[in-house]
Amino acid sequence: MSGTFVGMPAFPAAAHEAVRNPTLRGNLRHATHTIRAKREKAVAEVSDWAQLREAGRRIKDHTLRHLDRYLVQLEESVTAAGGTVHWAVDADEANRIVADLVKATGESEVVKVKSMATQEIGLNEALEAEGIRAYETDLAELIVQLCEDRPSHILVPAIHRNRGEIRDIFVREMGEWGRPAPEGLTDTPAELAEAARLHLREKFLRAKVGISGANFMVAETGTLVVVESEGNGRMCLTLPETLISVVGIEKIVPAWRDLEVFLQTLPRSSTAERMNPYTSMWTGTADEDGPQNFHLVLIDNGRTDTLADEVGRQALRCIRCSACLNVCPVYERAGGHAYGSVYPGPIGAILSPQLRGTASEIDASLPYASSLCGACYEVCPVAIDIPEVLVHLRERVVAGGQVTRNGNKVLLKPAKGHAAERAAMRAARWAFAHPGALRGGQRLASRTRRFHPRTLPGPGRAWSGSRDLPPVPSEPFRDWWQRTHGGKDGAK
Amino acid sequence: MRVALFLTCVNDTLYPDTGRAVVKLLTRLGVEVDFPMAQTCCGQAHYNTGYRREAEPLARHFSDVFGEYEAIVTPSGSCGAMVRELYPRMGARARAEGRGSTLATALAAVVPKTYELTEFLVDVLGVTDVGAYYPHRVTYHPTCHGLRGLGLGDRPRRLLEAVKGLELVELPGADECCGFGGTFALKNSDVSAAMGADKVRNAESTGAEVLCAADNSCLMHIGGTMTRLRTGMRPVHIAEILASTEEEPAL
Ligand code: SF4
Repeated sequence: MSGTFVGMPAFPAAAHEAVRNPTLRGNLRHATHTIRAKREKAVAEVSDWAQLREAGRRIKDHTLRHLDRYLVQLEESVTAAGGTVHWAVDADEANRIVADLVKATGESEVVKVKSMATQEIGLNEALEAEGIRAYETDLAELIVQLCEDRPSHILVPAIHRNRGEIRDIFVREMGEWGRPAPEGLTDTPAELAEAARLHLREKFLRAKVGISGANFMVAETGTLVVVESEGNGRMCLTLPETLISVVGIEKIVPAWRDLEVFLQTLPRSSTAERMNPYTSMWTGTADEDGPQNFHLVLIDNGRTDTLADEVGRQALRCIRCSACLNVCPVYERAGGHAYGSVYPGPIGAILSPQLRGTASEIDASLPYASSLCGACYEVCPVAIDIPEVLVHLRERVVAGGQVTRNGNKVLLKPAKGHAAERAAMRAARWAFAHPGALRGGQRLASRTRRFHPRTLPGPGRAWSGSRDLPPVPSEPFRDWWQRTHGGKDGAK
Repeated sequence: MRVALFLTCVNDTLYPDTGRAVVKLLTRLGVEVDFPMAQTCCGQAHYNTGYRREAEPLARHFSDVFGEYEAIVTPSGSCGAMVRELYPRMGARARAEGRGSTLATALAAVVPKTYELTEFLVDVLGVTDVGAYYPHRVTYHPTCHGLRGLGLGDRPRRLLEAVKGLELVELPGADECCGFGGTFALKNSDVSAAMGADKVRNAESTGAEVLCAADNSCLMHIGGTMTRLRTGMRPVHIAEILASTEEEPAL
């Protein structure tokens, strides 16, 4: 994935700062709770939500099972419609393909409609290295780009910023990137939107090359689909002469008909709208209408390896609605940056360690960035059992096992730093398998109870730093039972 | 009816009062309770931390100890969810890994017989008024595994509403996780503590004297936060409320 995230500290360390930042927590809490309540209402309006969810799950599972066939079909239909398909196995290859395509047009500027795939591969940085400037045109992406920040939410990348902060960013930075912010800009939403509109219009009208992502690709017709709220995306898709769409291979659906399901579940899950304001669809090229050159860059970047994992592959069903982020109590406190990836929140916690592997500190810690409360699974419109995958990936971290990397089966060793925990788990298993030993331990704890501290040394400090331990009772239950009911139930 | 009490290792070791309350309550309702002394732990902490293979012998031990009983009752939503939700998964994985189907068969036998306490009361015994008396202002926290894992629904609330003298008050953000999550509380203690503090603040805002839940692990986390934040509120397991009577009132 993107080079920008290399060397991130593990999740707990990254979250440590965020938890202590009251502005950030306030912004996040306000935004997620507002959208959470709205989503609930929008979903409740649909009487067959459960069926839609199940249909979405099935369509995606079927597609993933036959991904090879549908991708070939997609390539054929896109080519037949006048487009060109490129295949990229990883981020470097994808970036090289896009940079070469842009250079071939002779341009040094491109406009972009929000695309997670291009963030995943670090396209903007790669283009910059080739002397090409990429302008983000999604409003929130623009904010993030202007202040050289990183997105912290799938749908609302600037969710961690409030209006006052955004005004300051506009005033300070817009001039550097193009048309400056108007004099005397205030922080009212209408004025902020107008400033962004003026700034972006200039870029749209100048741009010869547009780069987009896609929410869906229809194999049957070769059609790509972008759903958005602002209309900026549509400008990117229709005004330039050359359009380059960079899309993950899992974004495919077999037929036009399948969109019926997702165009209902996606907007309600993400923005709590019955229908998103702009749904743009394009199929290859058309004479004198829209871009005259169309390139589709299909990226793998770890997806085929993920597909090889029976439990983990369900993460590829994700339609990036961000509902799981908005209900996640951990995301709400830790913020999106702590996840070290363009995919934050619960979905990021299972997607990143699969796409990138679990070798780095951040990727090995992500499967633990959850209390397994299950709220994410409950809201997911394609029924991804995120807790199940989290536990599965925890097993990979502590026990190793077979995984697929670049198409080859490799045996992973257990991650470092879990030796003490593993020993403790084994000891606990032994004690639990020998009830006598467990009882001995309980009795010892009871007898020494007056000496027990209310705070703990060592790793236990993590607990007692903010919570008090319960006192050890004078008699464990089993001793009480033995004393009072001893004759009735012989100890086995 | 004769049932086995699966008390769970946490209750046994740290919260024996919960076990005594369950025995008292079920006996009052005419149920014969056994406590198989060989029981230990369901293996949830192992399983959820990624030590699935370490959890397997514990699951097998569970099925050995409890297999012969007609019904198994536990006062813990999360251990109940471990048996009902995750044991089938463990059996299936063992089979898929070519280790035969004996584990799957053994686990499948105990799964449908295992009930969380409030489920057992409402679904099996068919009672919501258990004759309890508890004259306090109480707010109820539905724990995640009880709520989403087992789907306890409004069973605990219905039981509480029927308790004489009890005033049940709504907990804001009730279905949000308290932040315990087993080893999560240690591995991500900052986030866990922040979640706990929010839960306690919400509980405080209700003006209740008692926060009640059907799981002592969550209550340990919430209670530990309550004393640290000096709220004066008390965490109480639902079994103790339901066991409390006018003759023998719980504190
Ligand atoms: S995992 Fe589910 S809820 Fe989360 S973004 Fe993807 S589709 Fe939406």
